[in-house]
Amino acid sequence: MPLDLPRVAIDADYWSLRFVDQTATTCAVRKNVPLPLERSRDRGLMATVYADGGYGYAATSDLTSGGIQRALERARAWAAATASRALFDTRPLPRPAPKGNYASPSVDAPDPAPREWYELLMAESTAAAIDPRIVDWSASIEVRHATHRLVTSEGGDIVQRYRMMLPGLAATAHADGDTQTRTLNGYRGICQQGGPEVLARFGFVGAGRRVAEEALEIVLAPNCPSGRMDVLLAPDQMVLQIHESIGHPLELDRILGDERNFAGTSFVTPDMFGSYRYGSPLLNVTFDPTRAEELASYGYDDEGTRAERTFLIRDGILERPLGGAISQQRAGLPGVANARADNWNRPPIDRMANLNIEPGDKSFGELVARVERGVFMQTNASWSIDDSRNKFQFGCERGMMIENGRLAGVVKNPNYRGVSSSFWRSLAAVGDASTLEVLGTPYCGKGEPAQIIWVGHASPACVFTEVDVFGGES
Amino acid sequence: MNSPERYASLAAEQRFDAWVDALRAALAPGERFVANLAGESTDFARLNRGKVRQAGSVEQDELAIRLVRGARHAEHTLAMSGNAADDRAAIADAVAGLRAVLPDLADDPHLLLPEGVESSRTDRGGVLPAAEAVVDEVLDAAQGVDLVGFYASGPMWRGFANSEGQRNWHAAATFNLEWSLYDRADKAVKSAYAGFAWDRAAFATRMAAARERLALVARPSKTLAPGRYRAYLEPSALDEIVGILGYGGFSARALETRQSPLARMREKERLDASVSIAEDTAEGVAPGFQAEGFARPDSVGLVREGELVGALTSPRTAREFSLEANGANAQEMPEAIAMKGGELHARDALAALDTGLWIGNLWYANYSDRPACRITGMTRFATFWVERGRIVAPVDVLRFDDSVYRLLGSNLEALTREPELMLSPDSYRSRRLASARLPGALVKEIAFTL
Repeated sequence: MPLDLPRVAIDADYWSLRFVDQTATTCAVRKNVPLPLERSRDRGLMATVYADGGYGYAATSDLTSGGIQRALERARAWAAATASRALFDTRPLPRPAPKGNYASPSVDAPDPAPREWYELLMAESTAAAIDPRIVDWSASIEVRHATHRLVTSEGGDIVQRYRMMLPGLAATAHADGDTQTRTLNGYRGICQQGGPEVLARFGFVGAGRRVAEEALEIVLAPNCPSGRMDVLLAPDQMVLQIHESIGHPLELDRILGDERNFAGTSFVTPDMFGSYRYGSPLLNVTFDPTRAEELASYGYDDEGTRAERTFLIRDGILERPLGGAISQQRAGLPGVANARADNWNRPPIDRMANLNIEPGDKSFGELVARVERGVFMQTNASWSIDDSRNKFQFGCERGMMIENGRLAGVVKNPNYRGVSSSFWRSLAAVGDASTLEVLGTPYCGKGEPAQIIWVGHASPACVFTEVDVFGGES
Repeated sequence: MNSPERYASLAAEQRFDAWVDALRAALAPGERFVANLAGESTDFARLNRGKVRQAGSVEQDELAIRLVRGARHAEHTLAMSGNAADDRAAIADAVAGLRAVLPDLADDPHLLLPEGVESSRTDRGGVLPAAEAVVDEVLDAAQGVDLVGFYASGPMWRGFANSEGQRNWHAAATFNLEWSLYDRADKAVKSAYAGFAWDRAAFATRMAAARERLALVARPSKTLAPGRYRAYLEPSALDEIVGILGYGGFSARALETRQSPLARMREKERLDASVSIAEDTAEGVAPGFQAEGFARPDSVGLVREGELVGALTSPRTAREFSLEANGANAQEMPEAIAMKGGELHARDALAALDTGLWIGNLWYANYSDRPACRITGMTRFATFWVERGRIVAPVDVLRFDDSVYRLLGSNLEALTREPELMLSPDSYRSRRLASARLPGALVKEIAFTL
């Protein structure tokens, strides 16, 4: 086991110990120069205590019995000190006693040696150096392993083991006073659980040259035109669209006001669940921690709630929020198992995990064919949205004009803006499973203290009508 | 008498010394090391609706060990437990692991380490009240209003050591309170109070000002159509724009590879002549040394009277492009950015604005056209419509999309005289020791698009 637990002696209504042991290895080659290998080993534990109706936590990397006991006592002291001013009474909260395990695909398979990674990355880097106008380029891989164990005062004991691959390719072209960067599905947009098969799934080998060619193509392309038109969003832009304008607004702690001082509130209010038309009838959104390769799959969340696939939006109607057990109790709403912490030194809060759009029935060719005039946009490059998660503006790396149902020339700086509460109602066509990609991001920021967590998003390509599209400075 | 914060940082310093000794003992002939420590002992309290949502404490020490042999090197970062025997073993294991991997790596042509030894020690210890007492004080002051906020306090420390005998230590005990008073939905006033010593009167003054402004936020709001509006940006709003420029804007590597949004300032673009920007380490809270052990100059000029005159150059970039390193971190991001003040008295800003937008905060800035330094983002919190120098109404959130070459260039009308020091509230992974010192800015027009 990853931790020998001492006998815990603490006067509390409930306590939990959440232990995290994680390693990461990063190899990178930039401009054909190998960057130094980086490794990390991070181990620590968070004690959470409910006492006197209050809630307290304490985190430490001192994993001796004395260190654990001190953390429990500090957490208990916080619970007692703040009980009279607590936002909610912890006494009626669930006291989970889960038992179980979870493991990523190929979690125990050996990783390639650093030498093998560097050879692979150098080959892609070398292949990207195709023209003097390619002014910067890089190839990288980050490999993460983690073991999470949650033990509760009620006898709960869960061990979850993860293996994650996060490869990246980027090339930057400069010509005629302009600079454009092309990546393979965005910065760390390819991020899945599993081993080197993740790279094969995305055609990483051999992609270095294509990424550089596309960077050159983009920098020489005309600006994206302005006007109201249809957009066909590729999965590596849908990831961002889902994340910012469905995921964050549905987080129950935002709806309850916890994030108003930092990450923001939500245009969604509790009365909307069960009746609000979030999108067109084609919109089906699931919280799905069961898709093995997706980045944020797990068996239980960090408060010990068992994770299951759940519809959040069905046929366009909003059904339930992204809220863990504590938020569910506070709001009186059903939720999902999404109380998550990014490490041992941060407490669980409501987070996205895997948030997916279910595929429709249109092939990619059919999606293009239904657009009379519009832009096919690939790979998120810029994102900004208001604190209620409503007014957004997003930009992509690469655009292709669609004219009379056919893909035409490449355009640069494709941007679009809209309002979440109306944008999803303009969803006009959803791609089938052949257009779906399983992507995500390891960098979702939120919380006080702040946390950056890994989330997965699987999406098909989708068409939206009458969108406000524009390009860069003329 | 030593405070608990000072005891904590002195104890951390002793641990660091022991870890450096263990590192030295683990070296084989021909090997060198570079070590960096980042640690803290922090109390956090998260507040919502005038109550405590989540409170706790975090103790952490993270030691980054770089093993160097010739021109080959690799790094291993460890969470340290504070138990001497366990930590010595972890360090020995890490060094052995790095030693085993070095033969598989190539020589690094861009490795640059200091040739001399420049040790230093700073301890900006404060005296901080117990976090529980501050929480009580803040919530008492928020009676009758909807307060949501966050308090973080405690000592932080950064250490550097290398096998050549250089040793640098930087400790600071700070508090950082950020809070918002909400009237309704997204209509709120955000305030901040940060420093080295909690002053009850200073906090009370800020809370009183926030309550006064909340009364203005409570007025019926005004919805503005997209268009171009005259605007005054408070320092906290300008911070969002200068903050996004920090992502690659002043980076020597980004400038050399034409990826910096300010790259065109090396050709024809200029900011207004009133704009001067520097990395003023001496005026901030960041350590005076960086990860390879180079000392940071007190000040590095970046923009002088509207012209780009410098860049943040890391040792690696210096080697790659034959430049002089100037104490920058590996990301070449500012940690103590400072903009010179102008001629406008802050008390005259409302009158100078006359009619337009008074913007208290901007939010979620990002580049919409990086080479053109065009940035989009949102207004947030206390943003008001002003007519003839008087606040009329709070404004519903607006999206701006405009170029910094206009905002701080052709359309910049004035900067306020006294720049405001803002300690970074960032707490991703660990609390950040960084600051910004910025004035307010009066802008002839800003393009709002949504």
